[in-house]
Order: sequence, then structure tokens, then C-alpha cells
Amino acid sequence: MKRSSRAAWWLLSPMLAMVAVFAVYPVGRMLVLSLFAQNLETNLLPVFSGFDNFLRVAGDGHFWQTVSRTLLFAGLAVGSELALGLASALAIHHSAVGRGLARTVALVPWVLPTSALALAWIWIFNDQFGVFNDLLQRLGVLREPFPWLGRPRAAFFALVMADVWKTTPFMMLLLLAGLQTIPAQLYEAAAIDGGSRWQRFRSITLPLLRPTIFVAVVFRALQSFGIFDLVYVMTGGGPGGATETVALYTYRNFMRYLDFGYGAALLVTGSVLLMVLTGAIWLALGREGRPA
Amino acid sequence: MKAPRRLGGRPWLAVLLAWCLAPLLWQAVTSVKPDAEITALPARYWPGQLTFGHYEALFVRRPFAHYLWNSFFISSCATVLCLAVSAPAAYSLARLKPKGGQGMLALLIAISFFPALTFFFPLYELVRAAGLLNNPISLIVPYATFNLPLGVLFLRAYFRTIPAEVEEAGLMDGLSRMQVMTRLVLPLAAPGLATTAILVFIASWNEFLFALTFMPRDEARTVTVGIAGLSGGSLFELPWGLIGAAIVISVAPLLVLVAFFQRRIVEGLTQGATVD
Repeated sequence: MKRSSRAAWWLLSPMLAMVAVFAVYPVGRMLVLSLFAQNLETNLLPVFSGFDNFLRVAGDGHFWQTVSRTLLFAGLAVGSELALGLASALAIHHSAVGRGLARTVALVPWVLPTSALALAWIWIFNDQFGVFNDLLQRLGVLREPFPWLGRPRAAFFALVMADVWKTTPFMMLLLLAGLQTIPAQLYEAAAIDGGSRWQRFRSITLPLLRPTIFVAVVFRALQSFGIFDLVYVMTGGGPGGATETVALYTYRNFMRYLDFGYGAALLVTGSVLLMVLTGAIWLALGREGRPA
Repeated sequence: MKAPRRLGGRPWLAVLLAWCLAPLLWQAVTSVKPDAEITALPARYWPGQLTFGHYEALFVRRPFAHYLWNSFFISSCATVLCLAVSAPAAYSLARLKPKGGQGMLALLIAISFFPALTFFFPLYELVRAAGLLNNPISLIVPYATFNLPLGVLFLRAYFRTIPAEVEEAGLMDGLSRMQVMTRLVLPLAAPGLATTAILVFIASWNEFLFALTFMPRDEARTVTVGIAGLSGGSLFELPWGLIGAAIVISVAPLLVLVAFFQRRIVEGLTQGATVD
């Protein structure tokens, strides 16, 4: 017994060492750094400053603007992905043909590098030669080309669209896997009882799919709250800061303004917000035993 | 009942195909058009004249071959390292169940919750202090680390599907725990290891933030960062043919993986959402 437990720890030790140095240490380091001023004014030397950085965060209107923008982004993106993903998962689940092909194709947007796709979208949304404008003009929606990435709201919309494009098929795959765990007998029994399609969806599919939806939504919400590469490449936070997200603003405080202590405080604040967001989603979707 | 359902699936399939592939196909079309056609108005959906000049320029005038090699080397090493570390850990958690194992799983899940941004700056300090900027090691080790949650959780679940009798028989035959693991369990878990490897490779190939920060020199860059730097400064006159070609090449290895390992990738991605 003793020997086997020693073996267990030996087998775990490389993983523990890596996690300790490269994941746990950074978290501790960020917490400590957030209590220091370390920037160009201090010649990049650390000077203890207590909670000053956090007071600055509290009064940093620009930061809170990026927070509400990022939340809006996450809400719009995850909401659309969930609606579209659920609709397409149901359609494909009930279709006898083409499931394998659908699964293969649905993986494509998800596995491809976001930075390459961001460039693809810049070209698609190009103001003069972009295919998005061309299609809208051909359909008669637009009379002349529109600078999608050159206007604040339109650029934000373009980012949401690019994100929804990439992750809807992924959402569909997750929900499809969840649908397949629902026993067919339940539907057969409901069909005998004579419930309508909508009733079956409400009383069987949705409640049994709820755990899957919860996991998928948490996962995607966390990801989109921390979104970095898509924004960095596609708009750079522009035009005029209109699409700057929390992650981009935090990164810039570190790497552009060299304000390390403040960047750390932003990061700690962002992480706390992330946990609050997770808690809120859990309250909304994750609790067990809600009436079906 | 069955027949209309069958037909009902097809328009969805067409929409899905168009949704997933159209933006990429547009890049492919752009990449083989001469410059004059790329900027033709109204847009031409089919290239009149084929050219592979953009692909040539990518390798002759830009260090794109470096980017590809860096991405391939770094992702492969990270995959091997991640598997080498997570397989024994997962085996230990699945079979030997040490005290504190549950806490360890919770820690791994917690780590996977946070975006890369949480960890990048302290690691950047370490990398700089060690003089490892532009060194592949500075990406390999973090990539392996941040894929440990995936590797350990997936492999742990996989190891648990292997019947315990197999291992008991091995122990009865006088094999040690280590030998049971390396000679009996790992070969049986080969499909699970392959799935993990594919997912780790993809995640490493696609990573952006660390690659952007730790590899400032152009020749040291990976594809994801190198491609974003192709614009050469001006946002308004980007070399679209060149970028289209770069997109096609950088996504090609992943498309090959998807084509061959679709089932495994889906299994790996969806496992966490439906089991537990």
C-alpha cells in the first residue's frame, strides 16, 4: 500500500513540477506584482504601493469601458452561437444522412488558427474590394461599399461575426454529442403520449441537454471574455479604441506602456470578474434540480 | 415519417458547408489570382488567370519557410513533452488514486479556466532572465504545461476504460507497476494517446499570445504570428494575394489532420462536455 502510494507520487511529480513553476508561480507573481508600482516612472524598479494600483483600476473609466464592451461581445457572441448551434445540432441530429460529413466540416473553423482567420476577415470586410460589400451590393442591400472595419460599431459587429463564424460549428458539435446521450425511448414514450414536437423539445431535450449547454456556455464565455488574438490582428482594438477588449488593454499596459504593476492589477481584477461571470452562469444554468 | 426527415437534413448540410468553407475558399481563390484581378470591381468569384506567384513570393521573399518549420518543431516538441508528462500522471490518478488526487484534478481544471494572458508576463520575465527569448524552448515548455489539463483529464478517463483485470494479470505475472504501465496499459491506450497528441498539436500550432511575446525576431516566429506580420505596415494596401497564400498554407496541415482524424478530434473535444 505504502509503496504504491509512493509510486503514485513519483508518477505525478513531473506534472506537479511543471504546473507549480509555469502555472502556479505566475499567478502568485501577478498577485504580488499588483501591489507594486513598477513602471517607467520608477525606472522599471518595483516600489511597494499597497492597493494604489487597485484604486487606480477602480477609477479607470477606460478599463471599465473595455469591461462592458467585452461583456457585450461575449454575450452577443455566445448567445448567437448557442442559438445557431442548437438549431443546427437539432437539424443534423434528426437527419439520417451526412452526419459524418457535417462533423468533419464543422471542425474546420474551430481548428484553424485565429490569427490567420482574422486576416481572412480583414480581406472579406475590406472597404473597396471586400467580398462582403460585393455580396451585399449584389443583393441590393448596400448601394455603395461600406468601410466595415473603419467604423466603431461596424467593426465591433465584424468581430462578433468572425467569432460566431468560428465557434458556432464547435457549439453544434458539443450539443450534438449531448443530444446523442439522450435515450431515444424517451421520445418514443412521449410520442405515444401524444405530445407535440415543441412539448417534447421543452420537456425532454432541453432539460436533458442542460448540463451540456452549461459546460459549453461556461467554456465559451470564459474564452470570449479573454479574447485576444482575433481583436489584436483584426482591428488592433480600433478604430479609435472602439473594439479594445479587456485582454488587449491589459496586454498593452504590460508590453506597450511598460506599466507592469498596473498591468498586474488589471489582470487580477479581470480574473476576479471572470470568476464572477462563471458564478453568474452557474446560477443561471448550472444548478441541479431545477424543475424541468 | 422517415423520408421527409431524410430530405430535411440536406439544406442544413448545404448551409453548414457554405458557412464553414466559404471564407476559406475565398482566400484560396484570392491566392491564385494575379494582383490586377484581386482588385477588380465588381469582385470576380472565379480566377480568370491562374498564378502561383504569391506562393513563390511567400517562400522566396519572406521567411515563411522559417515560420512553418518553427511552428512544426515547437508544436511537435510540446506534444511529446505534454504526453510524456501527462500519461504517467493520468495513470497515477486513474489507478493508484493517491490521496489529494481529487485536489490535483481541481487544480488542473482551475488552470484551464484562465486565459493565457494570466500567465504570460511572469513567464516572459523568466524567459528574459534566462536569456531564452527567440529560443523554441520558451514556447515548448509553456505549451506543454497549458495542455496538461487536457492531457491528464482525457488520458485519465481513457485509462479507466481499460479493464483492471489486464493489469492484475500483469502484476500476478511479476511485473512491477511501472512495467504494467509501460508494457500493458500504454499500448492499449494508444488511441487515447493519439487523440491527445492531435489536440495538443493543434492547440500549440494555433497559439498566438506567447508566440507574439517570446519570439520577437522575425526568423524565430511561428506561423500564427508571422502571418499577422505579413502586412508590412500599412493597413490599407495589404498584399492580399500573399496573405491569401499564407492562410492557405498555414491552415493546410490542420485540414489534413481534420480529414484523417475527424472522429478522434470530435471525441476529444466533446468528451469534457458530456461525461462527468
